[in-house]
Amino acid sequence: MRRVAITGVGVVSALGLNRESFWNALIEGRNGSAPIQSVDRSLLKFQHAAEVRGFDPLQCMTPKEADQVDRFVHLAAAACAEAIADSGRAFEGSQTAIVTGTSCGGKDTEDRSFHELYALSKTRLHPLTIPRIMANAAASYISMRYGIRGPAYTVSTACASSNHAIGQAFHMVRSGMVDAALAGGSEAPFSLGILKAWEAMRVVSPDVCRPFSSGRNGLILAEGAAILAMEPLDAALARGAHIYAEICGFGMSSDASHLTAPSWEGAARCMEMALRDAGMAPQEIGYINAHGTGTPMNDISETRAIRAVFPAPPPVSSTKSMHGHALGAAGALEAVATVLALEHGILPPTMNFLAADPECQLDIVPGTTRQVQIQAALSNSFAFGGLNAVLAFRR
Amino acid sequence: MESTITERVIAVIAKTHHVSSDTVKAESTFEELKIDSLDGLQIVFALEDEFDVSIPDDEARKLTSVAQVINGITTLVDKKAA
Repeated sequence: MRRVAITGVGVVSALGLNRESFWNALIEGRNGSAPIQSVDRSLLKFQHAAEVRGFDPLQCMTPKEADQVDRFVHLAAAACAEAIADSGRAFEGSQTAIVTGTSCGGKDTEDRSFHELYALSKTRLHPLTIPRIMANAAASYISMRYGIRGPAYTVSTACASSNHAIGQAFHMVRSGMVDAALAGGSEAPFSLGILKAWEAMRVVSPDVCRPFSSGRNGLILAEGAAILAMEPLDAALARGAHIYAEICGFGMSSDASHLTAPSWEGAARCMEMALRDAGMAPQEIGYINAHGTGTPMNDISETRAIRAVFPAPPPVSSTKSMHGHALGAAGALEAVATVLALEHGILPPTMNFLAADPECQLDIVPGTTRQVQIQAALSNSFAFGGLNAVLAFRR
Repeated sequence: MESTITERVIAVIAKTHHVSSDTVKAESTFEELKIDSLDGLQIVFALEDEFDVSIPDDEARKLTSVAQVINGITTLVDKKAA
């Protein structure tokens, strides 16, 4: 089996429209959330979200292309363009894969379109409604744009979508099924219908996301996209490519217990599987980028899972405290944060920490970065529906 | 009236297809204008809006030129007026 290098990354998030601004914001501890602008927030109980501001899809696609697809595809296309340019090589042909993750897909378009039928009494919908809604549209657009003719598909496992996408692409490159892959995820969930549905779950914070902290009161919804460019390590070394990190392990598990409440056993089995897949022992892991949503339940369950797998847990941080919870794009944003932490020897912090929660006893790198050259890291994603995916990376 | 319909059809096609109205002629074919099946659907949708008519699926599928569109729309508009 081949080793797999990450040679390109691309990001669009509330923290910035490219990799560099994203990383700078993470190490500055910047809060990406602000009062919501994209929908009328007087109709919402919560007021803050991590929206991508100042993004122009026409910087990476033609007006006609931009009109054909939903915003979640615009964001994915921009992240993908950056990842490919960053890698310094072409991603094309039948030996290349593109796997995208998304939770909502084009539900923003769906919500706005059906509003025209139900509320505005329109009798017809726009002919692009179906292609704009389809969850695979980002994978399809990227495939067409770059002539990627190998495996191309979309994974939708709610908040674990892009970890599942990245993990499957990694396994395809590792096994030799393909010679290169692009993988990640994108999400653009800011329509009134989707936000009201999240409001009804009563898991969204009225102010800020405080993962693992006493007084935490929920997640902050976000939009964004991130794409990783992968190729065999030998090929990357042979062409003298810049290598951010090696992706070396992938675990998947299901809680098989509850639709929304997480199970620590499921999360622990998933981390153990990722370690086993990487052939690594727990003590080799120097950092965990947590799922860390900042909901009361997730953070307790995740702490218990980490403590079950790691007799002496490494530092753990939740970058969702800054970029928010981008649902199906969350794993991809956090994979980028994790590989950049490995590259720079800097752990991004968990922001908005108030005081320790006795049920979340972890070293969560509160408030400020930590300089430490770690050798390996995990990035966790645990979805509603009990579907878990964990990625392992090393230098 | 004929010329007005022609101008309006050309304007709708140009706007929907993201091209200048100078490039759309009454005698242009969809192939010349690089209007594919998905573009055609959007043009039909926009024409229904512009002229407040309903274009049947089988008629819409047959359209391959601007002239056919102008003739079809003229027929529908006349039928509506009658």
